[in-house]
Amino acid sequence: MSVDLAIQATDLTRSFGTFTAVDRITFDVRVGEVFGFLGANGAGKTTAIRMLTGLLAPTGGVATVAGHDVATGAEAIKNSIGYMSQRFSLYEDLTVIENIRLYGGIYNLSSGEIRARADAMLARLGLAHAATTQVRSIPLGWRQKLAFSVALLHAPRIVFLDEPTSGVDPITRRQFWELIYETAAAGTTVLVTTHYMDEAEYCGRVSIMVDGRIGAMGTPAELKDEFDVHSIDEVFVRLARPGGYAPAPPGAQA
Amino acid sequence: MRALLALLRKELYHIRRDRRTLAVLVLMPIVQVILFGFAISTDVKNVRIAIVDPAPDSETQALRHRFASTGGTFQVTAVVPRTSHLESLFQRGTAQAAVVFEPGFATRLGQGLPAPLLVIVDATEPNTGSAIQNYVLAVVSAYERERGASSPLRIVPAVQMRFNPTRESKHLFVPGLMAFVLTIISALMTAISLTREKETGTIEALLVSPLHPWQIVVGKVVPYLGVGFVSVIAVVVEARLIFDVPVRGSVWLLLAEGLLFILVSLSIGILISARTSSQRVAMMAALVGTMLPTMLLSGFMFPLDSMPRPLQLVAQVVPARWFVEIARSIMLKGVGLEFLWQETLVLAAMALVLLTMSARSFHARLE
Repeated sequence: MSVDLAIQATDLTRSFGTFTAVDRITFDVRVGEVFGFLGANGAGKTTAIRMLTGLLAPTGGVATVAGHDVATGAEAIKNSIGYMSQRFSLYEDLTVIENIRLYGGIYNLSSGEIRARADAMLARLGLAHAATTQVRSIPLGWRQKLAFSVALLHAPRIVFLDEPTSGVDPITRRQFWELIYETAAAGTTVLVTTHYMDEAEYCGRVSIMVDGRIGAMGTPAELKDEFDVHSIDEVFVRLARPGGYAPAPPGAQA
Repeated sequence: MRALLALLRKELYHIRRDRRTLAVLVLMPIVQVILFGFAISTDVKNVRIAIVDPAPDSETQALRHRFASTGGTFQVTAVVPRTSHLESLFQRGTAQAAVVFEPGFATRLGQGLPAPLLVIVDATEPNTGSAIQNYVLAVVSAYERERGASSPLRIVPAVQMRFNPTRESKHLFVPGLMAFVLTIISALMTAISLTREKETGTIEALLVSPLHPWQIVVGKVVPYLGVGFVSVIAVVVEARLIFDVPVRGSVWLLLAEGLLFILVSLSIGILISARTSSQRVAMMAALVGTMLPTMLLSGFMFPLDSMPRPLQLVAQVVPARWFVEIARSIMLKGVGLEFLWQETLVLAAMALVLLTMSARSFHARLE
């Protein structure tokens, strides 16, 4: 395996009974890359992420995350990754600082480290004044940014963001993407799922999932060229429409 | 260890922040013991008595008056002409006892002939039943003695017990009751707390973290062990102060066994919540899964000895069956651990098995 690859998946598959949620997907993500997982709701994005984070065992194929096989090295992977679930992952009845301390403790940071990182994080987010506020009384946009920062608290090598911007206003979405860029610039690999096609433009590379398979993969510019359209949104519509033009997915040629 | 401490602290915050639930959890056992305790109480007071008087005369009316003026022991709820009215009175609970006169009661007594009197008692609860019987007969014989000072009266009471006696004596109820309320409340606490995290999605953050499943399980159980122990103490104090149930053995042993029993019940809750996905389902499972077996198969209400063999075998896996045994032995017989170590071991083994299964369920989720 190349040291430059943070994630490598080959024919990764997950079936639930007769339903195949993720169907032989093959892709890799380079270290420090912002990789977008696009697709409609139910296309298999979350299932794919759950396999990569060790929440769900694959029923076929192989994948390595941070150099460890998801089937055998789940415990080793857990220390290298951060995860922000589609559903909110902070405790609403805990204050901001209590949430930070909890996750710091879970990832075995010393209280000195936790304090230093918490201070830095809250200063960066402009949330220092709200440290002792219960999370339930903080606006959604701030909560999402906080949840993202908490997922990064233990300085993971790879961070998985599952629909981090859903339900968030456009300004906050923009700010959220700035956080993602900062994170990637600092060397952390980011795998982010979204169903906002305009957000694809922010990603280094994207893969568009359709019915459990990767329909297209490449940089946003490559995809637009390939489909001869002006936006990723149009690429997606072409892919999703039955009978529409769909080139052989680059990842499926294994 | 630090991770575990962080988890423990977080769970304590949950408990402290959710005051209403905490209040319910602590108060419910106390209230339930009072409610059930009095419902099951065998005190003979306000006995609802019905009188069947087909042909009222001076003697029957005098005796009726006696029952009506016993200062609270009896309460005459119905005076009817025929025994056929009694069935529904008993069934509705309007009458717990009935005194049945025959026509010509005064005439027979006046002629110095024996006058038969039928006393019917509801013996659903045999202790209450026999107490009521004695009270009724006492009233009759007092009347007989008083009126017979000049010329002897010969009232010949016959007693008839209604419904089948099945239960044991009153003191046996309170230890069973303790098991009953403690198991429900404990199973409920953990069942809800873990499924709540599944509903909000926070459980995923714990599952992708390096936490071991057993850490998640212990982190969930230990704080509630503290809450549950407060209930154990409250219920023991209540049994002593309100119901005068003695603790003849060691109070410390009783509390320790209570703690162990709470642990088993919390483990049931954890297992339920590890296997279900919504609070509602977990709550129902915890209620049904603990309430019915504890009520029916622990020996709390129905003596295990009189049960059919297969049911007795099923009862062996009901944790309350062992705790009821332990609590009764300590409280009523005053025995120590030397006679209870087997029951104690069974409970400890149950806790271990349930906790292991719960931790395994987390693994299973990932398969």
